[in-house]
Amino acid sequence: MSLDTVKNAEQTPDAVQPWAELGLKADEYARIKEILGRRPTGAELAMYSVMWSEHCSYKSSKVHLKQFGEKAPANDAMLVGIGENAGVVDVGQGYAVTFKVESHNHPSYIEPYQGAATGIGGIVRDILAMGARPVAVMDPLRFGAADHPDTRRVLPGIVAGIGGYGNCLGLPNIGGEVVFDSCYQGNPLVNALCVGVMKHEDIHLAQASGAGNKVILYGARTGGDGIGGVSVLASETFDATGPAKRPAVQVGDPFQEKLLIECTLEIFAEKLVLGIQDLGGAGLSCATSELASAGSGGMRVELDTVPLRDSSLSPEEILMSESQERMCAIVEPGKVERFLEICEKWDVIATVIGEVTDGERLEIFWHGEQVVDVPPRTVAHDGPVYQRPYARPSWQDALQADAPTAERLQRPVTGEELKAALLAVAGSPNQASKSWITDQYDRYVIGNTVLATPEDSGMVRIDEETNLGVSVATDGNGRYAKLDPYAGAQLALSEAYRNVAAGGAKPLAVSDCLNFGSPEDPDVMWQFAEACRGLADACQILGTPVTGGNVSLYNQTGETAIHPTPVVAVLGVIDDVNRRTPIGFAEEGQHLYLLGDTADELGGSAWSEVAHGHLGGLPPKVDLERERLLAEILIAASRDGMIDAAHDLSDGGLAQALVESCLKGGNGARVIVPAGLDPFVFLFSESAGRAVVAIPRSEELRFNDMCGARGLPATRIGVVDGDVLEIQGEFTVSLAELKDAHTGVIEALLA
Amino acid sequence: MTTRVGVVTFPGSLDDRDAQRAVRLAGAEPVALWHRDKDLHQVDAVVLPGGFSYGDYLRCGAISRFSPVMDTIIEQAKLGMPVLGICNGFQVLCESHLLPGALTRNDSLHFICRDQKLRIENASTAWTGDYTQGQEIVVPLKNGEGRFVADEHVLDALEAEGRIVARYLDVNPNGSYRDIAGISNAAGNVVGLMPHPEHAIEPLTGPTTEGLGFFTSVLKQLVSA
Repeated sequence: MSLDTVKNAEQTPDAVQPWAELGLKADEYARIKEILGRRPTGAELAMYSVMWSEHCSYKSSKVHLKQFGEKAPANDAMLVGIGENAGVVDVGQGYAVTFKVESHNHPSYIEPYQGAATGIGGIVRDILAMGARPVAVMDPLRFGAADHPDTRRVLPGIVAGIGGYGNCLGLPNIGGEVVFDSCYQGNPLVNALCVGVMKHEDIHLAQASGAGNKVILYGARTGGDGIGGVSVLASETFDATGPAKRPAVQVGDPFQEKLLIECTLEIFAEKLVLGIQDLGGAGLSCATSELASAGSGGMRVELDTVPLRDSSLSPEEILMSESQERMCAIVEPGKVERFLEICEKWDVIATVIGEVTDGERLEIFWHGEQVVDVPPRTVAHDGPVYQRPYARPSWQDALQADAPTAERLQRPVTGEELKAALLAVAGSPNQASKSWITDQYDRYVIGNTVLATPEDSGMVRIDEETNLGVSVATDGNGRYAKLDPYAGAQLALSEAYRNVAAGGAKPLAVSDCLNFGSPEDPDVMWQFAEACRGLADACQILGTPVTGGNVSLYNQTGETAIHPTPVVAVLGVIDDVNRRTPIGFAEEGQHLYLLGDTADELGGSAWSEVAHGHLGGLPPKVDLERERLLAEILIAASRDGMIDAAHDLSDGGLAQALVESCLKGGNGARVIVPAGLDPFVFLFSESAGRAVVAIPRSEELRFNDMCGARGLPATRIGVVDGDVLEIQGEFTVSLAELKDAHTGVIEALLA
Repeated sequence: MTTRVGVVTFPGSLDDRDAQRAVRLAGAEPVALWHRDKDLHQVDAVVLPGGFSYGDYLRCGAISRFSPVMDTIIEQAKLGMPVLGICNGFQVLCESHLLPGALTRNDSLHFICRDQKLRIENASTAWTGDYTQGQEIVVPLKNGEGRFVADEHVLDALEAEGRIVARYLDVNPNGSYRDIAGISNAAGNVVGLMPHPEHAIEPLTGPTTEGLGFFTSVLKQLVSA
């Protein structure tokens, strides 16, 4: 097949093109022809097809995502908002923090190890591209049933991939989630989050400006991996004499990425870069069009100068390749030499592949012949936008009506039954210790990890002199969101917000990863619309703007979609990490207080799942003002040294929180059921806006005064003591028994 | 004069800044050494930090062993300069034949990160003088290929000569022969250790501060030498 140049495209308007195989719709193809005034060349078609894919263009979700901007609360801390590689937040002392959570769901199902590994690689480069040193990662994960044979295939590979890549990069993995539910069978969710730190003046943006400035591609060579990873696998439509079908999943090399990080940070430190973009989904198509689109001029690229792993790659393939560990920088001519020197120091290949031009076109040449001539904005930012139809599912009412009342689901009544229920919940795969998984991740590297799994949030020190720190928690409960996506998204935010505050940090900003089924299903689209609306409304009330994130659609097999799963990450700041609050009950004699109100709220609860395999009713009531008050109390108590331990109450309720805090601290507790509360509801309700805290006796008066003055219900429920957990009048259970139930579960199923 | 302790950065080193922090907290001056530079910049001792130097390609430590800085370190180590290899650094020391044996894939086949109890078996090496014989400490351990293996006669010789520096207690996390966590050369100036003492130097970020002793030990050794 001869080269399809721009000239050729003009002369052969009727040539048949593989637009459908590349995932484009007929009207989208027609629009490309309209934009260009001719048919696209093969290379142009490749670029539009990947950039207009759902993954890159957000064409189904855009109309709903707009709310995050429109309803964004006024927030002085926001330095860079939605639209860049990641949002940036001011955390004081001249520091800025950037963080983002992204999905790598589909690749991780096809090829668990590489899919999960490159998920880490991609999010780390996004953070790096903002000018920040990456300092920590986290992985919110969802799998099918823990005892399903395919979970045994998928989970160990994903965990090994996360560990294999993240450990080798030298980034501590400080938190995340592991959730099992049969709705994720065939559609595991592998989300990855990275946090990075920089000084304000180091913020970099993805834009190309200034005619004559050079475009430098550096990092790994470009290979044939990941072609069409964001759209479809369609290699057979290209040159038939070229390499055979290639996998759509990228293959990662964390060693190369580590070099890329250190090399890039050194380049930033010498202020050699005007604009920078990482190469992830859609590879060079994305990087060149986004850089050119966001800048002031055009761009000219000599595609044949791109270093290749496989010399037989065609221009189309080079533009679509998603080979990992590559970055693209815009550099002034006078600084190119030094840029290349630093790359050489780190053994990183760097090549000038083009330059910024006066024009307004992105022009790409292959051995002197022009193969791309497009307005970059039409590729990068003006993709199609769909108003997908959506409607409240017909089954939603019946689901919500099936409430887990005492009549509908038999509840434990006697002390023995309550004890059995507590052990069953604590030993269920979702509530059991995840140490078999998280012990495969390095949480110590860099030496700044202050809190890590199984704490409520992950916290890292960012300044060793001042002890300034940041913390992050990610949460999402697909069961709640299935019952009510609007509330479910708000509960995910509430929980992450509460987790950050429980550790002692002040919540500042949000990143979200919205995992849903097919947008072509009006039921799913309704869930998506409701979740976006709920999250945007809640962010507005809590004053925590969404700074960026990612949407993953089409998480479904056949007609069955996953539970709607908005995963919400909240970033917080703490002035002195020495003041952080851990979850463990470490000091005997301290009094335990339950903060917040407990109602009979078991819809979507861990107990209803474990005891009855039931999902119905309504999720716990959302009370954002209460969440804010609770957070303020937790932060003030931490700052003023009034609490020694705090654990948020969520899945499994107070029972689960007590189990975890006792085991972590190595102490038991004697607990009294408050008057007027049913013991079962006291232990297993999942009412939001609650936490359990341990108060040194010397601080009790002060703490009670504070809660009283602010109007936060604080009920003394017991004391840290001994080596048994006793619910007075109901049952006692030894720490050894709790440990037996809570640990070893995951390895027994999956190791 | 402040004692200068070099910390080598290979491409892929990860715990180099952590090791520098440990050196600083112990009271010495950390000096960054670059793998391509043969010059040790007048350091009195050297730490080879943890990580995945050269991506662990070929075999852990196999490529680093041939980097220019190692030529000088091997030469100086043979003349008595204290060298501590942690994790990947231990692997480099074995590949350099400054220490016997090899580190292979954990018997669980998984990377493992845990707070590990150790017993100091030899408190008279350059790096363990601040501990007492038989002292039990807890420091983080994190490795994928930390299983120490050697011939029976090598193991017997290590035992007989008191060259087993630390052993795993309670749990052998990686299947190391005879629970070996660290060994030394015959002179006691070169020590390889699989666990990470540099991650147990501050109460805030480590499970204990019991790792600091490795770094303070070498200072005393150098001052008294």
